Amino acid sequence: MTETIKIKRGFNINLAGKAEKQISEINPSETYAIKPTDFLGIKRPKVLVQEGENVKAGSPLFYCKMMDKVKYTSPVSGEVVGIVRGEKRKLLEIRILADKTIGFESFKKYSVSEINNISKKQAADLLCQSGVWPHIIQRPYGIVANPDEDPRDIFISAFDSNPLAPDYDFILQNQEPYLQAGIDILKKFTSGDVHITLNADSEFSKIFSHLKDVKLHKISGPHPSGNVGVQIHHINPIRKTDLVWTTTPYGMMQIGKLFLEGKYDASKIIALAGSEVKEPRYYKVISGVQVKKLLQNKIKSDNHRIISGNVLTGEKIKMDGYLGFYDHLLTVIPEGNQNELFGWFKPTFEWLSFHKALGLFSFLNSGKKEYTLTTNTRGDKRAFVQTGVFEQVMPMDIYPTYLFKSIMAEDYDEMEALGIYEVIEEDVALCEFVDVSKHNLQQLVRKGLDLLQSS
Amino acid sequence: MKFLEDLVNKVKPQFEKGGKYEKFYYVFEGFETFLFQGGNTTNGKGVHIRDAIDLKRLMMTVVVSMVPALLFGMWNVGHQHYLAIGEEAGIWLKFLVGLKVTLPIIIVSYVVGLGIEFFIASIKKHPINEGFLVSGMLIPLVMPPTIPLWQVALATAFAVIIAKEVFGGTGMNILNVALTARAFLYFAYPMQISGEVWTYLGGGAIVDGYSGATPLAIAAASEGSTQVITALSESWYGDMYGFSSMFFGFMPGSIGETSTLMALIGAVLLILTGVGSWKIIVSVFAGAYAMGWIFNLWGATPFMELPPHYHLVMGGLAFGAVFMATDPVTATQTEKGKWIYGILIGMLTILIRVFNPAYPEGIMLAILLMNVFAPLIDFYIVKANKKRRLQRATV
Repeated sequence: MTETIKIKRGFNINLAGKAEKQISEINPSETYAIKPTDFLGIKRPKVLVQEGENVKAGSPLFYCKMMDKVKYTSPVSGEVVGIVRGEKRKLLEIRILADKTIGFESFKKYSVSEINNISKKQAADLLCQSGVWPHIIQRPYGIVANPDEDPRDIFISAFDSNPLAPDYDFILQNQEPYLQAGIDILKKFTSGDVHITLNADSEFSKIFSHLKDVKLHKISGPHPSGNVGVQIHHINPIRKTDLVWTTTPYGMMQIGKLFLEGKYDASKIIALAGSEVKEPRYYKVISGVQVKKLLQNKIKSDNHRIISGNVLTGEKIKMDGYLGFYDHLLTVIPEGNQNELFGWFKPTFEWLSFHKALGLFSFLNSGKKEYTLTTNTRGDKRAFVQTGVFEQVMPMDIYPTYLFKSIMAEDYDEMEALGIYEVIEEDVALCEFVDVSKHNLQQLVRKGLDLLQSS
Repeated sequence: MKFLEDLVNKVKPQFEKGGKYEKFYYVFEGFETFLFQGGNTTNGKGVHIRDAIDLKRLMMTVVVSMVPALLFGMWNVGHQHYLAIGEEAGIWLKFLVGLKVTLPIIIVSYVVGLGIEFFIASIKKHPINEGFLVSGMLIPLVMPPTIPLWQVALATAFAVIIAKEVFGGTGMNILNVALTARAFLYFAYPMQISGEVWTYLGGGAIVDGYSGATPLAIAAASEGSTQVITALSESWYGDMYGFSSMFFGFMPGSIGETSTLMALIGAVLLILTGVGSWKIIVSVFAGAYAMGWIFNLWGATPFMELPPHYHLVMGGLAFGAVFMATDPVTATQTEKGKWIYGILIGMLTILIRVFNPAYPEGIMLAILLMNVFAPLIDFYIVKANKKRRLQRATV
């Protein structure tokens, strides 16, 4: 085992409402959806189905005209009941009314020993056709990878350090054979290594520690230590001409399962967590599930926000909205739409702050204290004033303020020189949280990446 | 408090688009957000929770850390006044005299500065930034107590408009606003900001032997074989210019900057809250001490021979190091840069003090000069970072 990467800069946000390690069954939801907006890099989606058409789990629903090999497929079998478009006919959702028992599209099935003999092309074709491919993400840009490219390395973070994040060791229990098969497949795509980074601060990982044919790393320190971008930066940073791929442990498992079972099984275990949730715990669902049934009678008050994903990078969804493709967490926190008299001067132990300015006493609390935070912005947008704060939550050799300003100025050379290729939204999420001037920095970084990509 | 909220909500429509006072929306908003932290919520994508800090709280922390210097300064104005006219007075009486002199200066500074900010925010249609909360307090603290109020108004207006708003407002300025105000007065009205202006006499008859010269003026004037310390000890009133007296700030000078102790109390607060950069504060003192020591080795004039620790308690060095040099907008923005910036301010301050007989207080010019050079320092530090990244690319 290689030595442990130690990071000091960062910040753990300890929220109330952690999911108890117990998996509950629920009545399956009736509708499911795939949201093209979940997949970055999709420019021109082309829908392959019509309303009323019957599909199976693994049937293609749409593809992107820029990369037509990669199909985006249905997570369940049933009837297409809605193709939802927004402004300028932008494709937002394809909704499926699920059958009682799910029928699967059948793909070629391999035994463990046959996996080694699969060619790279065969592997890519099956992954693209079945809808598992979008689990593979390309850096720079954080977009769905292109199967024709040749990545330098493939990186996987074996844990999630975000607030209320699910425990991957728990949600992937008993999936080791699939994980190993996933690695065996992924290895075909790169001449470099498959790197998996474990959490050095948690107990021994039974699932990930025994994987073969990978380079295992350990990282210790506060969030964002679990972000794959931070890990790449410390293991082997992205250079200007480099291209690497990343995936999640769930994606790796999906890849293995596809080859060993011959079907696209989009079921997953997710955490339902947050201070507004009664009895937060884990649930077994299928990707793209409508959250309504899942949340029924489980939310404490009416004034809440449902987030598909975590509180730092997730997306707000409505009660009748759908879980995102990449999400293993559904967070519900109170909406903060109330005025607070002299809120900017109020002494408080309850409002979490990275800072210690007058009246912000949360730094005096023990690290174990769990916070109930609302969605209130706690202030308004201002010009950048305070300096040296972003650096303290960004464990990379990058000057965040300079990078942000270069994006604002749309200065392409500066963005490149200052390291924009090494980051995506999640890597600056903590900067956005601690920002005194309340900028939307994740949006800004995406804007910069979009500019560079389309230049 | 429901009634306040109702009241604000009741008048709000008049300031919103289409309302009677639409033009003053941002002024209204400024007051509204002062009363209430609004019920604004985070976007649907991105962070859903935000840190409890905001710019108001940050600025307020700086203002509060200046309070010890302000209160002591008020008392000291009265103290110096009664010394000069040779009368005994109690602590409260001294404080009251100081209050009478200082309060109008503070009010003028805030009214003029905030007035301009409100006006510009209204025509440029942007929210009012809280930067002037600090500048408005800093300006009175660096003024002599005898300054005419119209000059305070003029200097404040000049500083806010020329040093800040023309560059784009809070966060964009290159020069420290309060120091620009003082530099403006120094070059435009030298009579009122140098010489014997540091003691408020209030028309009282002065006692025999009174001299309004500050320690720096005395030090700069010493010639020949007289040691500066000896010259200082021969001040008109006891050991007013002894080391400890200067450390505590019992001497004439600008309203808020005589006391090193009070500046250090502010520094402790700024450093504990993480609002002011400890790197800058420490490095300014270190730079000044080092330069004083280097001059000791040289020793060509009596001022050069002054023990370096005296430099740290004379004039406004401590006040400048703690409250002016740490202004995050005009200082260097990289952490390495802060060391260089601070040390150079300290060294330049002493250099200017010792070699510029016309204007013995060096900290103001040193900080303004380094304000201008701060982006250059950062430029080279960021360039090194870019170079590291490029070198990786060729490995």
